[in-house]
Amino acid sequence: MTPGSFAVILVHLVVAVLVTPLLIGVMRTVRARLEGRVGAGVWQPWRDLIKLLAKEPTRAPGSTPVLTLAPIVLMASSLVLCALIPLVSTVALASVPGDLFVVVSVLLVGTVSLALLGLESGTAFGGMGSSRHMVIAAMVEPTVLLSVYALSVPAGTSDLAAIVQARVADPISLLNPVSLLAIFALVVVVIAETGRLPVDNPSTHLELTMVHEAMILESGGRDLGWLELGSWLRLTALLGLVANLAVPWGVAPDAAPLSLLVGVGAVFAKLVVLGAVLAAAEVFIAKLRLFRVPELLAGSFVLAFLSVSASYLVF
Amino acid sequence: MSALLAPTLMDAGLLAQLAVGGLAVVAAVLAPPRARNLAAGGALVATGLAGAVTGVAALLGVEAGGVPVPVALPLTAPLDALVLAPDALGGLFMALAGVVVALAALFGIGYAHGAAASRTGWTAFAVFAVGLQLVPAAADAISFLLAWELMALGSTVLLLADHAARGPVRRATLWYAVMTHLSFLLLLAGFGVLVAAGGSTSFAAMRTAGVAGPAADLAFVLMVTGFATKAGLVPVHVWLPRAHPEAPSHMSAAMSAAMVKMGVYGMLLLTLRLLPAGPRWWALVLVALGAVSALYGILQASVQADLKRLLAYSTTENIGLITTAVGVGLLLRDSGQSAVADVALVAALLLAVSHAAFKSVLFLGAGSVLHATGTRDLDLLGGLAARMPWTSGAFGVGALGAAALPVTSGFVAEWVLLQGLIHVDARTDRLLAIVIPVTMGIVALTIGLGLLTFVKAYGIGFLARPRTSAAADAREAGVAMRTAMVAGAVLVVGLGLVPGPLSQALAAAVAATGVASVNGAGLAVGAAAAVLDPVALTALAAAVLVPLVAVNVVLARRHPRREVALAWGCGGERTSPRMEYNATSYSEPVVRVFRASLQARRAVDVVHPDSAPMIVEHMSFTQETADVVESRLYLPATRALARAGDLARRVQNGSIHRYIGISFAALVLVLVVVAL
Amino acid sequence: MSTARLLRLITRTGRVAEPLEPPADGAFVVREGFDVPPALRGSAQVRHVDAGSCNGCEIEVGAAFGPVYDAERVGARLVASPRHADVVAVTGVVTQNMAEPLRNTVDATPNPRVLVSIGDCTRGCGLFAGSYAVAGSVDDVVQVDVHVPGCPPDPRAIVAALRAVTGR
Repeated sequence: MTPGSFAVILVHLVVAVLVTPLLIGVMRTVRARLEGRVGAGVWQPWRDLIKLLAKEPTRAPGSTPVLTLAPIVLMASSLVLCALIPLVSTVALASVPGDLFVVVSVLLVGTVSLALLGLESGTAFGGMGSSRHMVIAAMVEPTVLLSVYALSVPAGTSDLAAIVQARVADPISLLNPVSLLAIFALVVVVIAETGRLPVDNPSTHLELTMVHEAMILESGGRDLGWLELGSWLRLTALLGLVANLAVPWGVAPDAAPLSLLVGVGAVFAKLVVLGAVLAAAEVFIAKLRLFRVPELLAGSFVLAFLSVSASYLVF
Repeated sequence: MSALLAPTLMDAGLLAQLAVGGLAVVAAVLAPPRARNLAAGGALVATGLAGAVTGVAALLGVEAGGVPVPVALPLTAPLDALVLAPDALGGLFMALAGVVVALAALFGIGYAHGAAASRTGWTAFAVFAVGLQLVPAAADAISFLLAWELMALGSTVLLLADHAARGPVRRATLWYAVMTHLSFLLLLAGFGVLVAAGGSTSFAAMRTAGVAGPAADLAFVLMVTGFATKAGLVPVHVWLPRAHPEAPSHMSAAMSAAMVKMGVYGMLLLTLRLLPAGPRWWALVLVALGAVSALYGILQASVQADLKRLLAYSTTENIGLITTAVGVGLLLRDSGQSAVADVALVAALLLAVSHAAFKSVLFLGAGSVLHATGTRDLDLLGGLAARMPWTSGAFGVGALGAAALPVTSGFVAEWVLLQGLIHVDARTDRLLAIVIPVTMGIVALTIGLGLLTFVKAYGIGFLARPRTSAAADAREAGVAMRTAMVAGAVLVVGLGLVPGPLSQALAAAVAATGVASVNGAGLAVGAAAAVLDPVALTALAAAVLVPLVAVNVVLARRHPRREVALAWGCGGERTSPRMEYNATSYSEPVVRVFRASLQARRAVDVVHPDSAPMIVEHMSFTQETADVVESRLYLPATRALARAGDLARRVQNGSIHRYIGISFAALVLVLVVVAL
Repeated sequence: MSTARLLRLITRTGRVAEPLEPPADGAFVVREGFDVPPALRGSAQVRHVDAGSCNGCEIEVGAAFGPVYDAERVGARLVASPRHADVVAVTGVVTQNMAEPLRNTVDATPNPRVLVSIGDCTRGCGLFAGSYAVAGSVDDVVQVDVHVPGCPPDPRAIVAALRAVTGR
């Protein structure tokens, strides 16, 4: 691994961890302002996180190490995700490329650790959240793979960094139907994977409507702190990926300090804008009934499939 | 030097397998009951290891340029001789079979009890193991079929082991016996066509004869159906979910991890060695069969509550994926994209090897659970991770491999398959432009459902709290069983950490180029040189974990974990483990979403006390997810067959005049035909 | 309601939240010897437990977290599980059935934690004193740290009590 790629990974991790709670804060504030409230401010998620890490976690009898390990595994998978996805720079990590399937698998490691945590609690709600979460993950898989596949056909490779670089080099390709369909399908994927409306309501208190929240009902203190940060990091990584695929300018092509600085600024701006738009959209939509979600995901699959077919048949 | 050593090593290995296998039979028959497990099992472990060594020598020996010297064992007339000469492909499957047999036999030393530990039980397993290991070594049709039949015979007998204790065993064996002999007949017919067209029974002669046209098509259809039956592809898979659960667990592991691979070996033998220049529609048939099996298999697996039935359906799914990869590889070879075709074929072999590894661990784990709790119903298990840590750990690793998560061999195999699909150039070929995205979508859906299935299998069975006293009283397995499971788990992860050398070895089996080893153990495929380096990925994950764990440890010292009395279940007092989600409820959303394909039948029975019709005294919910293919295809077919039989019986009215009349008519017909 | 209508409603309504005022005297009472844990500065997640109330206080708690009084701006947020909470907010008398669940809920909350009792019923059972269904008042069952008197208390008092915990 060259010093350049080492620096890039470090920048990715530091930026991701620092920016993520801020992004959540921006999203909550946008939502609050649209609802006529003041909100807690953009730094509240940071305050919540620091407080959580300073609280004691608990352990009920009969628990297995999954209770302690799942939050750590989720955090690790989210951090590796942020390291691999071209957030700030497209410098190729020669030995650990940001390859499509590797990135998806790392995402799935986090998904599985959450699901196992839900089952571990031994309560009805945990199992319910786990079941719903895995069904949604299973149904979103085809769309994930097909939409990035569609984006990889023009670039000739499944390496995400190379795809972003190819899109920077050929701006016209951003507007063709293949691209637009694939990005749209990816947006639905991000919403489903990160548990936002209309697939899941992140702020619900009704257990029967929960998907993500239900799996973490039993975790408190720093366990919960890691779980929250890990889930937020997934949102950052996926939103960053969509942003850099849709609007690839600003991504650093190398590891020079100036381009990295520009890259950091660019990804921060893109994340904030995309997050704000997502939060604003959430004000206008209600959560879908759980058994309507497969219809939504099937629809996004059709879009992704059309996108792939178009990439072969038309272009 | 290796070219000189390799042929003799192979011959010695083949003879060793036969000899030690025979020793195992002798041990099974002569050893006293207490020592029988150890003696017969030990001999079979040695047989398996001999097979593994021979197979690896065959696989690598050809890489070094050596020529296999056939081992010919004389048989009684009318059969000529048993000719054994494994090539690289055969060597790979022999090694696979050998390792699985060794693991299963080691497990069986600790596990076999009751009828499975009797003389018949161990003899049957020995016969099965020898047949299994010799199928890939066969160099002509007769030897192939002989070894095939030995395999079938041994497995049928051992399947019957528990028949006195449990009713479903007999039905399962009946289905299995009928279908395996159906496959035998189809193979016999197919080989017959090839022998008639080619003139000789040896595979080399069939290849040089270059059979083509309608004869080749007929042989293909017959033999693919026969191999598909053994491999467990839809719609001829119906014996699999019945037979694998009912067999003793070490046998289930061998059947699921190795025996079904012989069906795959057969298909590869047919399409790559015997009839290499087949038309396009052959590849499409394989892709279609594989895709349907993969999807149907994992769908059924995801809704099963019976652990072993879940694993059996998962085998159908994996074999479906392997067949799809083979089909895609052949399709691409036909389209002229040989580099990508090679990637797809290597992916198929990687899938086969990784499936053998994780499926044996999973079945052995299921056997350990069955042994400890007496049940394989996930709805009655739970909390086993605390009571059976070794089993739980090994099963967890196997589940990781089955779900294709990093850094297991399953992950490597899926990665190579997806790379193969992604790098197809379909811009000029309309057929590929449709087939490849559909295949990718199906593969992706099976990955997703596979994740759900194995999270369910592991989470419901091993996590949470025990749902019954059987689960609460479970105790860890013995040394032999633990060793076998851990060895399998080590294989699952170990093979995943060295994808480069592994793929290069496998590439030799199908004469593939375009896979290379980089960065030590990493893998690079295709012209676009996509790279997978699991070691580097692990290093990245470790680098990320170090500061994370350090921070966590510091926090843990300042804010230690508090033990509480209750899990949070809304503060209620009367919570019990029965309120947890179980396997049936976990997959309820899947049943609902895919209700058209699963056609689950549900019944809710409510019993009221006589005096108070508004009060519920007892309520029960039953869900039955029968195999759709079985109930929609086979049951009507068998009923039609039974009706035809009834009609035919009317001819037999006991009148001797009618019988003589029929015989006379038959004689006249024969004379007429002969005259013509 | 269509998106356009909703958007117009949002722009017309603007900010609804009333400005935060300093708390009135006696808006809330802190237990003697109780110091707000420093870890909870700036952020307090609240798990509300209805131990058997007439729902009058619940309506005021709902209003406190609504747009007009906006308790979220002081760093408080309602959560679903006591494991996620720092503050357990209890309303109502403690009925026979709710005595043990209330203790379980408080025990399930990780330390450091603060118990806020809201409404006159939580101290002395109010109207329901002496009923066969009542096991006692909240301070008979668990140790209360902050009490917000009133029947029902003003949402501003509830926000002020939470503000005292978070210090914002």
